[in-house]
Amino acid sequence: MSLISLGIDIGSTTVKLVAVCDGEIIYKRYERHFSKVREKACEMLRDAAEILNNNTIKVAITGSAGLGVAKAGNLDFVQEVYATRKAVGTHVPQADVVIELGGEDAKIIFLTGQLEERMNGSCAGGTGAFIDQMAVLLDVTPAQLDELSLDAERIYTIASRCGVFAKTDIQPLLNEGARKEDVAASIFQAVVNQTLTGLAQGRAIEGDVLFLGGPLFFFMGLQRRFQETLKLDKKHAHFPELAPFAIAAGAAEYAKDTNAEYTFDSLLNTLEKAAGEPVLSQVLDPLFTSQEEYREFTQRHGKHDVMTENVTVYKGDAYLGIDCGSTTTKVVLMGQNNQILYHHYAPNKGNPVDVIKEQLTKLYQLCENRVKIVSSAVTGYGEALIQSAFGIDHGLVETVAHFRAAKHFCPDVDFIIDIGGQDIKCFKIRNNCIDNIFLNEACSSGCGSFIETFARSMGYSIEEFCKLGLLAKHPIDLGSRCTVFMNSSVKQAQKDGAGIDAISAGLSVSVVKNALYKVIRASSPDDLGKHIVVQGGTFLNDAILRSFELEIGREVTRPAISGLMGAYGAALYAMDNRKETTNIIIPSELSIFKHEAKSVRCGLCTNHCNLTVNTFSGNRRFVSGNRCERPLGKGEQKELPNLYTWKLEKLKGYDRILPTGESKGKIGIPFGLNMLELYPFWKTFLTELGFEVIRSDISTRDMYQKGQHSIPSDTVCYPAKLMHGHIDDLLRKNVDAIFYPCMTYNLDEHRGDNCYNCPVVAYYPELLSANVTELQKTDFMMPYFELSNHKEFIKQANKYFGKKYNWLKKKQIEQAAERAYITLDGYYANIRAEGEKAIKFADAHNLPIAVLVGRPYHIDPEINHGIHQMIGSYNMVVVSEDSVCHLAENPNVRVLNQWTYHSRMYSAAQYVINKPNAQLIQLVSFGCGIDAITTDEIRSIIESGDKIYTQLKIDEINNLGAARIRIRSMLAAVEEGKRLAKQ
Amino acid sequence: MQNNKPWVQFTEDMKKDYTILVPNMLPIQFGIALKIMKNYGYNMELLTTDGHDIIETGLKNVHNDTCYPALLSIGQLIHAIESGKYDTHKIALIMSQTGGGCRASNYIHLLRKALEKKGYDYIPVISLNFSGLEDNPGFKLTPQMLSQIAYGLLIGDLIMMLHNQCRPYEKVAGTSQKVVDICTRTISERFTGNRMIGYGEVKKLYKFVLDAFAKIPLDTSVKKKKVGIVGEIYVKFSPLGNNHLEDFLVSENCEPVLPGLIDFCLYCIYNGIIDHKLYGRSLKTAMTNQMIYKFVLGKQKDMIQMIEKHGKFRPPQYFDHVRQLSKEIIGEGVKMGEGWLLPAEMVELITEGVKNIVCTQPFGCLPNHIAGKGMVRKIREKYPDANIVSIDYDPGASKINQENRIKLMLSTAEE
Repeated sequence: MSLISLGIDIGSTTVKLVAVCDGEIIYKRYERHFSKVREKACEMLRDAAEILNNNTIKVAITGSAGLGVAKAGNLDFVQEVYATRKAVGTHVPQADVVIELGGEDAKIIFLTGQLEERMNGSCAGGTGAFIDQMAVLLDVTPAQLDELSLDAERIYTIASRCGVFAKTDIQPLLNEGARKEDVAASIFQAVVNQTLTGLAQGRAIEGDVLFLGGPLFFFMGLQRRFQETLKLDKKHAHFPELAPFAIAAGAAEYAKDTNAEYTFDSLLNTLEKAAGEPVLSQVLDPLFTSQEEYREFTQRHGKHDVMTENVTVYKGDAYLGIDCGSTTTKVVLMGQNNQILYHHYAPNKGNPVDVIKEQLTKLYQLCENRVKIVSSAVTGYGEALIQSAFGIDHGLVETVAHFRAAKHFCPDVDFIIDIGGQDIKCFKIRNNCIDNIFLNEACSSGCGSFIETFARSMGYSIEEFCKLGLLAKHPIDLGSRCTVFMNSSVKQAQKDGAGIDAISAGLSVSVVKNALYKVIRASSPDDLGKHIVVQGGTFLNDAILRSFELEIGREVTRPAISGLMGAYGAALYAMDNRKETTNIIIPSELSIFKHEAKSVRCGLCTNHCNLTVNTFSGNRRFVSGNRCERPLGKGEQKELPNLYTWKLEKLKGYDRILPTGESKGKIGIPFGLNMLELYPFWKTFLTELGFEVIRSDISTRDMYQKGQHSIPSDTVCYPAKLMHGHIDDLLRKNVDAIFYPCMTYNLDEHRGDNCYNCPVVAYYPELLSANVTELQKTDFMMPYFELSNHKEFIKQANKYFGKKYNWLKKKQIEQAAERAYITLDGYYANIRAEGEKAIKFADAHNLPIAVLVGRPYHIDPEINHGIHQMIGSYNMVVVSEDSVCHLAENPNVRVLNQWTYHSRMYSAAQYVINKPNAQLIQLVSFGCGIDAITTDEIRSIIESGDKIYTQLKIDEINNLGAARIRIRSMLAAVEEGKRLAKQ
Repeated sequence: MQNNKPWVQFTEDMKKDYTILVPNMLPIQFGIALKIMKNYGYNMELLTTDGHDIIETGLKNVHNDTCYPALLSIGQLIHAIESGKYDTHKIALIMSQTGGGCRASNYIHLLRKALEKKGYDYIPVISLNFSGLEDNPGFKLTPQMLSQIAYGLLIGDLIMMLHNQCRPYEKVAGTSQKVVDICTRTISERFTGNRMIGYGEVKKLYKFVLDAFAKIPLDTSVKKKKVGIVGEIYVKFSPLGNNHLEDFLVSENCEPVLPGLIDFCLYCIYNGIIDHKLYGRSLKTAMTNQMIYKFVLGKQKDMIQMIEKHGKFRPPQYFDHVRQLSKEIIGEGVKMGEGWLLPAEMVELITEGVKNIVCTQPFGCLPNHIAGKGMVRKIREKYPDANIVSIDYDPGASKINQENRIKLMLSTAEE
């Protein structure tokens, strides 16, 4: 009989068990628990009976889902990071840094130097569960994903902050035909980036690095990405056998020092008892209290059916509608009387082209010579690709397709909500026109594909999984924020012993709440409308439909073809807009149809778009990923006025201000945040003082990555994060000093109650000085200045610069300030003049004007990702908020109007409502807290003028898919409005 | 729809029979302050509601990207309005407005918008501000009232501090809470009546509180880890905002240490002085503030000396010293949100031996990117044994995640 210490690690997706005897690991197991946390733990213990029997056992539980079990069984619990350190100390003592990725946790431990342990925050994906989700998206197993990644040729930029963002990036790549191998490797790279930014936060990862946890053990591709990114050679990167079990092994070490001793039977007994005690935290009312209630419900919804006729019987003209969505492809063939002849709904498995080819081939066989496809239309994410691949007659934005279909079922429809795989789309209908579009922001898409991924990870199909929740007695309250938050809420529920039925029902309610309170932000059913049509694949699930009705307290219409509405709408559109002859690919061409996708980087401008070039048989090409028309080879088109482009060029022009005499030193200015407006001022001022002044380069992704290691707060806005890159850039330019003042107050333009900068703009220099270690060796000047009052500025500047440089005379400072003010005023005047010029141009050429309201730093191409060019490509003249705000009265704002940059936006909105051919588009940087206030206010100004409010949320995401939908929907609505006005 | 109707004001008439509902943040300090207000004819009620319903109400009524404190206070107020407990035509609401550069100055507008949307736009909302942002004919704070409230807050801070120093060690669970109740009741009674309370009497009350807590039987043989709580003012103090952080720490065998509310008041006052110093803004404000600052400092000094003399409890540090401490970390011009006060309080805690610190903030809190998370690294450079964890609070964050991170911090503290 000997003493065995046992560590049981109960994580978010797996259970790990390790037994140690005399310092040797004698037994180890690793299994997925599929949410049956407690049962699995007992089962694994029983499996270990052979080695445990007749021995004395000491035990410790660890892991994110282990606490509940430990508490219920009164067993010893050890915090996981603590356990990890125990394991490392015993098994790999030379490690300097430990990186451990688990199912839903990521941790980093710095052992050498100052001991530090960090876990991922509440907004941080990039973990095992994330990789699982991405594998589902690519329709491969995680192991296959790994294999694919090893053959990668290039890495795409995929947002690394959280799973939802990454998904938004990956989906279009897949839809547009990027190689799966490249996408797979890019997914791993995103995980690496996430770990390094989110966790390391400025501390260098050097020396011996130990990689632990399941994902880092199983995925070679991930290992490779980490090694390459961290530039680690084989000697210093450790991927031990122990990796998946490390925490359990640490718990076993910890168990040695605990007091309680067990026999196998007494331990099993304790654990089984603990497993039998479900304790629930926050629960919701059940979706249905009885079978009868459910039956009534299904009968009521059965009424909204659609006529069908078999395609093998039908004779005559037919209309084809395709909805190529983000995760699924839908096809509808419609007859002359709106009847559905054929339909298809299936996952697009990462390659919609293949799916459509297969479908068309099948259709042509079914149609024989009886049925003639006379018109066709396609909508959805893959619209452009499919249209050019198969010669589809019309492409329409999905919002329009859905509205067309909804109107067919409910002519009075005034509100449509569509929850699809990855999007929530809602729109209000006013005057028979799409009036108000709500799309889910990248941060909150807890939509269909989320439930699906979740279901699959637990071993269910989505239908089965949702059904489980219908009669759950106590659905778990999972909150209504983004996926990552829900994951950890589920974790908590699992810890509390919640069953899968309760989790399923809870997820359904969450999806609905997310749509209602996060996307639409409704406070009452009347906010939505009287005639609500719900649709999209996700609403096919009764649990979600029921949650929706319960939540808004109103019955809604779900057409029986809820999942096909986009395709049906496209078919109806094809019918409405039938051309004389159809362009669609003919059967003989289809049979030899070939598709190849190749990715290249466009070199025509500084955006360097990742282009995917699709080549189809017959040498037809389709290029995607472009922001502007240039790579399409249509030749140089005449560029429309675009204030965003103009402003950046204008600012660059101030580089030409040079010192006259001998330079007194080289001062660098970081070219970001408020410097993207005040550069002319400081450049002039410092040059006049006798310095050579240089600025950092225009932001790039690469620059961001070079500086990202020193970002302490991963939820701050992207424009602020970029500043770290700018500082890095300046340091590389060997400047003698960097000048970046703190500015509580902005210039007072007398538009509001006060003239603050936002806290981030105001004090970011303080943060840089505290976190960029290299700045300690640099002369980093960050005086507190205010520019509103000229005299006062001169006084303060004299105090600061006069003290610092004793050769400076007050007179010189006064003169420099005067010139600087003149330069800045000149810049402002130029912007206003250019704005007026652009408007005149638009009016003269009868073009629409897009008033793109943002803040000065939104002209940075790495921040706006070329959105202004994309808008321009729809034949709009783009002007900025500061180029038109002088043309309107200050509106009566119902909030405290106290930030200078934001005050301009209110005035610009006021301008838009008085200018018939202008539309407002607001740019919002993710994480901009102030915009939580401005967006509502600007919307209400815009709507008071019967205009459509469009908002584009931007982050490090380098993808314009969602932005395009909004812009196109807005344009379609404007067109429709005009058409109706004419009638 | 844009609506240009002016907001309803709180009139003199309303003062007679309206109840002013107050969202909770600090039960002890606010409780005493409201009692004092009652003496001046204001019928104010502190909302003590808690729980998930308030978060839900907040989510439904406020833009979900606004800060958590706005969501909770507005949620709590609307939840109260809809509880059926009050005649909605006889209530007014109150919301503070600091006038600083962060979003907090806009809470009141978000509240009004939410009311309007719900059809309660007839309910007046009073702005509690000292920067002349809004004026309410029926709600005026005179210097005399303010001095009385300042006394109340000082005593409240003292009660809170002593409570935290006793609670983890009490021999009989719940005794210190009882003493808190006794003290607040007694003090509130003293403030009742039509007379001004003199400073001499305040000092007697300090003594009374000190003696009352000194009587609690404590078991100091058990070593407890001292854990400081700093951060955004609402989530730092409010149990509703921080998922009952103090209770959690006590259950983890820790002694929570919270710097008082008066620090925040002093910080706000001092910022008026800095605005003049850095940008040449109003000299008059600077001088008035300088006077008030000195006045309150003096009172704090008296309190500290009494605690020292009494000998049984740990006094806080002198605020002006705390202010000096911040200068080595951050510029004194950082004045939005908690600004320089936040690193100052961290350093204060560390230098008095409280090395473990939870820095709390609402998810996405703008000023705390800079003054909170942004300064941790620098503080640790100066004080390598500081053990700081930064926790975000928001409606979706799960308690287990927050608790895990705090536990991780505590596990390092053991070594």
